Amino acid sequence: MTEFISANLPYLLAGISVGGQYALIAIGYTMVYGILRLINFAHGDIFTVAAYCMVYMNATMPLYISLPLTIVFTVVLGLAVERVAYKPLRDAPRMSIMISAIGVSYLLQNLMWYVTGGLAQQYPTIPWISSTISIYTATTKMVTLVTPVLTLVLVVLLVQLIKHTKIGMAMRAVSRDFETSRLMGIKINRVISVTFAIGSFLAAVGSMLYFSNYTAVTPTAGAMPGLKAFVAAVFGGIGSIPGAVIGAFIIGIAENIIKALGWTAFSDAFTFALLIVILIFKPTGLFGEAIHEKV
Amino acid sequence: MTDAYNGQNQKEVHPMKKLIALVLSLMLFLPVVALGEGVAGEIVIGIYEPASGINGAGGKQETLGIYYANAVAPTVKLSDGIYTVKLVEVDNQSSNDKAVSAATQLVSAGASIVLGSYGSGVSIAAAPTFDAAGVVAIGVSCTNPQVTAGNPLYYRICYLDPFQGTVLANFAIDEFSAKKAYTLAQLGNDYDVGLAHYFTEAFKARGGEVTGETFPLGTSDFTAYLTKAVNEGAQVIFAPTSTEFAAQIITQAAANGIKLPILAGDTWDSPVILEAAKGTDLAVSVSTFFDEGDTSSLAAEFVTGFKAWLNQNPEKLANNGGTDIVAAVSALGYDAYMVALEALKLADSGERDDIADIMADVTFDGVTGKIVFGENGDAVRNQAFIIKSDNELGAWQFVKVQSVAE
Repeated sequence: MTEFISANLPYLLAGISVGGQYALIAIGYTMVYGILRLINFAHGDIFTVAAYCMVYMNATMPLYISLPLTIVFTVVLGLAVERVAYKPLRDAPRMSIMISAIGVSYLLQNLMWYVTGGLAQQYPTIPWISSTISIYTATTKMVTLVTPVLTLVLVVLLVQLIKHTKIGMAMRAVSRDFETSRLMGIKINRVISVTFAIGSFLAAVGSMLYFSNYTAVTPTAGAMPGLKAFVAAVFGGIGSIPGAVIGAFIIGIAENIIKALGWTAFSDAFTFALLIVILIFKPTGLFGEAIHEKV
Repeated sequence: MTDAYNGQNQKEVHPMKKLIALVLSLMLFLPVVALGEGVAGEIVIGIYEPASGINGAGGKQETLGIYYANAVAPTVKLSDGIYTVKLVEVDNQSSNDKAVSAATQLVSAGASIVLGSYGSGVSIAAAPTFDAAGVVAIGVSCTNPQVTAGNPLYYRICYLDPFQGTVLANFAIDEFSAKKAYTLAQLGNDYDVGLAHYFTEAFKARGGEVTGETFPLGTSDFTAYLTKAVNEGAQVIFAPTSTEFAAQIITQAAANGIKLPILAGDTWDSPVILEAAKGTDLAVSVSTFFDEGDTSSLAAEFVTGFKAWLNQNPEKLANNGGTDIVAAVSALGYDAYMVALEALKLADSGERDDIADIMADVTFDGVTGKIVFGENGDAVRNQAFIIKSDNELGAWQFVKVQSVAE
């Protein structure tokens, strides 16, 4: 038994940790979808830009400046993308805005490629969370333990914000009925901006945790976690925050169990096969119908 | 109405303006006329290397070696005069699907001969393009047999993976008395999968046991793979991946307290590895083409010259990974350029066909050893250098010269 645990504990730890990181990205997808009915494909790339920000800022500034600045910059970028690429298309068919999102995704990727030269950069070491610890028989980085805790704390805070504040109420209203809440005098643009700001903030935090663990930053480094977080959001029921979080943890852990079973080459394939299965048998996802607060 | 007016206006261009336009366009030919004095012409050598993507770091180092060689020997003397060598560089982005268009670009740039690439996959993908255009290509550090096999115009100056895999398997058994090995390769990467295969064959031939796995492109979590290696009781990990994944593998092995020695092929001879391994207690050993500490006069001269050349220019230093450590691929890049010049001299022409005719007969005493082309246009090589990382200094340490016959 102990042998079984010591052999499989590292897989479980990796699964929980990566699941938490997917969750932070997935919330960004699911919130934007809840409000705008838009899959923001650029979200994964905003996640990567946050990582590059950290790499470059940390080269010239101390951590206590570069860390908050990275978050601020990522939030500003998220807002700017919304302003430039989505707002002018507010009344256009949903397909147009989706295509615009794909365009932004490629634009960001290629800009990063152009600016950085496309080589892998080492992510800076953030003290404490990058330190090594032993749990039972496994050795891992502190970030593995910090991620799920921090994710849960942030999600609880977010749910409080949505349930008990005025802007949260506005967000719930908008997600129920866009047109009517507009007629009721809710400042729709403000609500959307706040949504993008929250999503980008969580992406920035997620990127810090993710790249502390997997330290190579490349222009396409965010594409795969972004896609998987998207699958997690759909799996949990797109539009639902608890759904996205639970979906992300399930995907993170399942991926690592598959690797533990020896089918490593199929671990990515599994995630996307899951997406297809979910879309066929339960298109609304795990929590898509039960929870009506689609924010 | 306006269009008609404009049309009329164009007809009435002042004769003086016509004259100025004529003079200006004639001036465009001036550089060509200027070249005519003293220099017989220009010969284009194409550089087919990745400057971005998973092999970007290594590709840049190889390219640096070629540029250094060009700085040392910027011209070539043929019987009808001295020709300047012009280097034309394309970025194949380490990607097999970008390979053909990059290769086509070199062909249309009029390259007489092409050098590259770092990374076997892109070389294999581009070989038919070079063949069709009749351009001789010299593989610099692409070690997969498929690069030259069946491609009569593809030559290569480094050793091959069946050789390298055997060398490393022998080293694993001799040095670490390993009975069981674990191989880790990138799915669909010709270099990784090929080298892992030859290592496995050689390791099994000497009575060892091997389990192996592949990971898809874009993987960043190697914890599961490393855990697997430990759980299966492997005594050595063989991970002939590109440097981008290598850095991840090393940092995650260190973070997860994995103490197994890690072996890899020539790609890992890179500052990226040293940076990742620095301060850890991992034993990383790699096989390579060239040893910086080589004291033979040719090699020593190259190392000093190359370092001085790098240190002159911060941009070059950055392309070398921010240090002046001489990577084996830079030495090979240097040799490849020199071999190309030898070929031009022997053919006494910059014509593609003339070069193709004599290429197999070219020999050269390079900084990485004597280069003679044998079967399939592969250089005859029978020894590899094994180096290991010194994790305190962040430098390579020479271990031994290993050959196959042991």
